[in-house]
Amino acid sequence: MPDALRQFADTYLMWQEGPMIWISDVLILLTSIGIVATLTYFKKWKWLWREWLTTVDHKKIGIMYLIAALLMMFRGGADGLLMRTQLAAPGMHFLDAEHYDQIFTTHGTIMILFMAMPFIFAMFNIVVPLQIGARDVAFPYLNAISFWLFFFGALLFNISFVFGGSPDAGWFSYPPLSELQFDPGPGENFYLLALQISGIGSIATGINFLATILKMRAPGMTLMRMPLFTWSVVAACIVIIFAFPALTVALALLMLDRIVGTHFFTILHGGNPMMYINLFWVWGHPEVYIVVLPAFGIFSEVVATFSRKRVFGYSSMVASLILISVISYFVWAHHFFTMGAGADVNTFFAVASMAVGIPTGVKVFNWLFTMYRGRIRLNLPMLWTIAFVPCFALGGATGIMLAAAPADYQYHNSYFLIAHFHQVLIGGVVFGMLAGMYYWWPKMFGFKLDERIGRWAFWFFNIGFYVCFMPQYALGFMGMQRRMYTYPADMGWGTLNFISTVGAYLMGIGFVLIVAQVLYSIKYGERDLTGDPWDGRTLEWSLPSPVPHYNFAVIPTVTDRDYWWKLKEEGRTDELKPKPEDIQPIHMPKNSGRPFIMGVLFFVAGLGFVFNWYVLAVLGLLGVVVTLLARSFEYDDEYYIQPEEVEHVEAALGRL
Amino acid sequence: MKRTQLPKSNRVLALAALTALLVSGCGPEYLVLNPAGPVAREELHLIELSTVLVLIVIIPVLALLAYIVWRYRDKPDNKAPYTPKWSESKALEVVWWGIPVVIVAVLGYYTGKSTFNLTEPPQKDVQPLTVQVTSLNWKWLFQYPGQNVATVNYVEIPVGVPIQFELTADAPMNSFWVPELGGQEYTMPGMAMRLWLEADKPGTYYGSGANFTGKGFAHMNFTVKAVSQDEFDQWVKQIKSNSPALTMTGYEQLKQPSVVGTMSYSSYPPGLFHDVVWADGGRYMPDMMNDMTGMQGQTADAAKPNGAATDTAKSPAGDTSSMPGMQMDGGQSAGH
Repeated sequence: MPDALRQFADTYLMWQEGPMIWISDVLILLTSIGIVATLTYFKKWKWLWREWLTTVDHKKIGIMYLIAALLMMFRGGADGLLMRTQLAAPGMHFLDAEHYDQIFTTHGTIMILFMAMPFIFAMFNIVVPLQIGARDVAFPYLNAISFWLFFFGALLFNISFVFGGSPDAGWFSYPPLSELQFDPGPGENFYLLALQISGIGSIATGINFLATILKMRAPGMTLMRMPLFTWSVVAACIVIIFAFPALTVALALLMLDRIVGTHFFTILHGGNPMMYINLFWVWGHPEVYIVVLPAFGIFSEVVATFSRKRVFGYSSMVASLILISVISYFVWAHHFFTMGAGADVNTFFAVASMAVGIPTGVKVFNWLFTMYRGRIRLNLPMLWTIAFVPCFALGGATGIMLAAAPADYQYHNSYFLIAHFHQVLIGGVVFGMLAGMYYWWPKMFGFKLDERIGRWAFWFFNIGFYVCFMPQYALGFMGMQRRMYTYPADMGWGTLNFISTVGAYLMGIGFVLIVAQVLYSIKYGERDLTGDPWDGRTLEWSLPSPVPHYNFAVIPTVTDRDYWWKLKEEGRTDELKPKPEDIQPIHMPKNSGRPFIMGVLFFVAGLGFVFNWYVLAVLGLLGVVVTLLARSFEYDDEYYIQPEEVEHVEAALGRL
Repeated sequence: MKRTQLPKSNRVLALAALTALLVSGCGPEYLVLNPAGPVAREELHLIELSTVLVLIVIIPVLALLAYIVWRYRDKPDNKAPYTPKWSESKALEVVWWGIPVVIVAVLGYYTGKSTFNLTEPPQKDVQPLTVQVTSLNWKWLFQYPGQNVATVNYVEIPVGVPIQFELTADAPMNSFWVPELGGQEYTMPGMAMRLWLEADKPGTYYGSGANFTGKGFAHMNFTVKAVSQDEFDQWVKQIKSNSPALTMTGYEQLKQPSVVGTMSYSSYPPGLFHDVVWADGGRYMPDMMNDMTGMQGQTADAAKPNGAATDTAKSPAGDTSSMPGMQMDGGQSAGH
């Protein structure tokens, strides 16, 4: 028996890999035991199931996305620090090539798909229905399915670290390197299945929010009266709906290559790896706009609120959002100018890529002129927004430089590229999501996050960012290519790499401070009793914090763009307080445990495919079909909140 | 007052970093900024032009940001104008839709011009030298069809002669990059791609595989040694007389995943490059194959579209010929 046990440990738990895996195994085991014990001790299992796992409430789903995104930022950040530690000096032996390859693969995949995506979905969920005056999203049940597919996709991806082995072919996983011939382990399967499962959820979210915004706006809220964050969600959802299917296809074909033995992208039998590269970036480039557009929306909200001024050039802002989402489909080949396309093709994609800079530049100027002749308050959301401008402007500028195809022959695959995309993704997306988190935190939880610790976190993260990534531009000019696990001493790359590593640790401290800030504020944070702690402009600030589960007791009728601001200006805020005679029974969706169960079943099927355990895979998929059928025959899935209950809640909040 | 310093210090940091980069760019370790040939020089010009063009936008943005945040900060005694409803200005918006359009037009024009230029040899009146490059796991094989010699992990070229590199991979896709001579191009299985480079001063230049190919990837460096034509001819002669020949078996061994040092070969199996491309997928792209053999001056291969199949049986692709249907596929493709 011990022999069988050892074989199992070696094959699946990678026990022979050494102390790093052992420690991880033990830590994960202890954490799991800790969570189970805590829930049991405080008798919270039922609460967890009823309030969270089965919820279809957009606000709770948003909070779960947020927690997941922060956890994944931790995991991805830890990967980043491991890499930077290995690169701190030439010829280091902290990680070997295999581990380094796995770590940069998981770092990239997690940061884009399991950190940035849930973070934007958190903002979609928490904010959009409140901003447009709706009581939930168009398809609340589907919304819960989206979340659980994301969650179990992320779980599947993450367990590869301690069970079976992590993927190691880079986050874009180019064949033929990612084919069975060169990459036989289960790691690559984990990548394919995890992305596929969470990708289904992402497409559903795109459809859900587009439908929500188009169909569920409060009376009077015309498209051109929508807050800019909501507009940015429209733009992002359009991109999701058109771009994600390309990823689905690319992943599915590569999976068939690996599991069934087809030859779509293999070297032999007429396979063509270039097809994968094209499909991947047909999704991959729009993907970066998917994550950055909502950030643009957040900046527009924050800038207007904290400058106490209407956003400048609203129509231009909307036009540029839509323009960016359209142009984003015509730039994908700039990820492989060096793949031998003709000069005509390269020139087209080069100019199209530069053209994205035009509407983006317009937005930057409009934000600046929103602040111009305003009254600027430097609270945390605004701090991150102001820091975003120079960071993103520089990142955008190096993006234009990269778009010049012949120059890209020199930048491609070098640290110049690494510095560029970290600058736009951190400066744009991470800064944006943090600004959004600070801004809407009181709306979610009813208290503000502590400003003082927040400022420390801000400075550590910001200074750390420049110390980490500015040297990498220089390293690119020095010829250092990405993904090297080690480098020779005679190239002169040592000093700048060391500085870069120091910067990475400063950013790590910044993240730890953010966590500390959250923990501190839970206990000591300033409570938000007004529902409008920032003197906001849009509808969500007319509601109490946290928002009652039905959102609006009475749906408001909107007559202006910054409607809440206008009411405050004219002293008419009482108009949005419900009157007893106006309160009708409120129609709400019922909670359901099935989305969660469906996620589990997808996970089981995914695990089956990863290890070629087809019985498990088929059982999982059958289970999914059963849950789908069960939903089709479910008729009792909604209920009414009676006016008395609404009156009771509103009275307790002092709004009646 | 600490709060109002935020944008300034960010700006200062960024500018300092940028300046540091440009100033220190003079050092020889900044390979891209120290071109040793016409291709790298043309690319550097475009890098400089684009830097200047983006600065036209960046500098006003940073300056405006610092000024605005300082001037309009929320202080009770701030006398600056406050116009909470002012939110439209056609004139201003025309300016910032217009300026980027002009910048993109200028940069786009020069980008296009450069892109087309680089598909041509840097000099037209000098007879070019062809070097065939194959990236393997994890090493570089260079073949000189004109000289019939081969090297591993180093390549020697004459100064002042345009070099036509023909690139392929007999392993996962990599990228051939010699920063001081010019930008990179992918090496891909089943494809033969071209890259023109030229060195105009003698020296030893750093070359690397820039696209990740697995475990040994970080060790896929090579050197490019640019020497005078005489020295080059002597070097060829020396290799011809002193080095062993690369045999088919030798190539099969070389192809196995490993990290190796430099090697030289006095000859290699005829048509090796062609056969490798053909076997790894080139057979499905007859146009590309014809184009390639026409260009490389391998008279032995150029004239035998049907011979290719026979060749493959004993070539590196031989290992695939044991698979059913392989030979037939090849025959059909070659018959086109």
